[in-house]
Amino acid sequence: MAVKVKIPAQLRPATGGEGEIEVEAETVGGALDAVFAKHDGLRERITEDGDLRRFVNVYVSGEDIRFQDGLETAVEDGAEVTILPAVAGG
Amino acid sequence: MKAPVSGADLIARAKAEIEEVQPTEAAAEIESADVTLVDVREQTEFEERHIDGAIHIPRSYLESRFEQFVPDRSRRIILYCASGIRSALAAKTLAEDLGYEDVSSMAGGITLWRDRGLPVVTPRSLTQEQKERYSRHILVPEIGLEGQMKMLDAKVLLLGAGGLGSPSALYLAAAGIGTLGLIDDDVVDASNLQRQVIHNTDRIGVPKTESARLAIEALNPDVDVVEHHGRLDAGNVIELLSDYDVIVDGADNFPTRYLLNDASVRLRKPVVSASILSFDGQLSTFVPYEGPCYRCLYPTPPPPELAPSCGAAGVLGMLPGIMGLLQALEVFKLVTGAGDPLIGRLLLFEALGTEFTELKVKRDPDCPICGPNAPQIADGDLGKFPDYDLFCAG
Repeated sequence: MAVKVKIPAQLRPATGGEGEIEVEAETVGGALDAVFAKHDGLRERITEDGDLRRFVNVYVSGEDIRFQDGLETAVEDGAEVTILPAVAGG
Repeated sequence: MKAPVSGADLIARAKAEIEEVQPTEAAAEIESADVTLVDVREQTEFEERHIDGAIHIPRSYLESRFEQFVPDRSRRIILYCASGIRSALAAKTLAEDLGYEDVSSMAGGITLWRDRGLPVVTPRSLTQEQKERYSRHILVPEIGLEGQMKMLDAKVLLLGAGGLGSPSALYLAAAGIGTLGLIDDDVVDASNLQRQVIHNTDRIGVPKTESARLAIEALNPDVDVVEHHGRLDAGNVIELLSDYDVIVDGADNFPTRYLLNDASVRLRKPVVSASILSFDGQLSTFVPYEGPCYRCLYPTPPPPELAPSCGAAGVLGMLPGIMGLLQALEVFKLVTGAGDPLIGRLLLFEALGTEFTELKVKRDPDCPICGPNAPQIADGDLGKFPDYDLFCAG
């Protein structure tokens, strides 16, 4: 499945400035692994021991994967995966 | 051509032809029977005082509007005006021209009614200056006089008079939010002015709460500004929040955001929360127990090394302008009841692509603050985490 992974501005230094990365994957975890394969620096920013860090939310087509199957959540062709860390700036 | 009659004769004739009731009789009827009481005076007279339960149809709109309010021709109707003249003429029109079968005019009008010691209501209204100032709100049916009054009665607390707080405070003040509380412990710095538009160059070095108050007072004298120059902490949060209806979160650090969340859930106060960094903004409205809370969305804050601030990472000046105004819009919706606030919805804005994305936020059944199994938390422990000391710096 072709999946679009959206990277928030604060994590873009780890992707060389890229805000949207197209990958092939069957699950959210697979999509993230494919992104990490391109930009390894992103891995430690959003995961810890293979799991998502607690302050990072990931959404597939608008729904939080925490309330679905986590990293095992299936992705459909054309799905948008949004990585969203908490931000406190005001 | 008819022979001319004097106005006094016309009135006397009308009074002779219609039924009149005395105020005391009218009061008894209103009390016991099924009767429609109609005030036929002008708008300003009605606004000043009227009899409780009366519907208002000015005599000048009698023919065009009466049917709409009272479609039943056999209905018992009592009309009144100031002294009983306009209502007598109106009663004649209703009976003779419009076919109403049971119409009376109240003799002596509301003047005699009051002389008899009968009660009137004096509805709150806006002053002439306020009607002019808020006329563009009042013209909008979704707001109207009622919505404007709700805004004037509202007490809104802004957490932070910085990037987000500046535009939201200015627009909330302009819109006529009656009480604006401002919490900020900072002073205006030259580096703030690229985005914090409530402050200005002359006020560099002045406490932000004071600088914001000066700007608001110059914009709209209706607004009562309450300055809280200091930092929100576990010792003052409950007392500070208690006085307000809605909280606007524009804090620049995580500990304050979690503290505010925990206290607002305890007090069941809605929080309009936004955050910004570089080109990205986030916005949601947390209404305790109706939707998720901030901890449902973000169970834990990032460690300080992964939590950049605007001071460290930079932010586009227009970004807090957009997000702060969206916060003000959310406040408007919460206060007036108009529209659909962002409850259970997280709005992302990406400035470079000018792209909005909406995500769903659910209540977390395991939420330690608003979940069904949330433990009791002592006031002093609000906003804390087991490893709280690790991220006490914003």
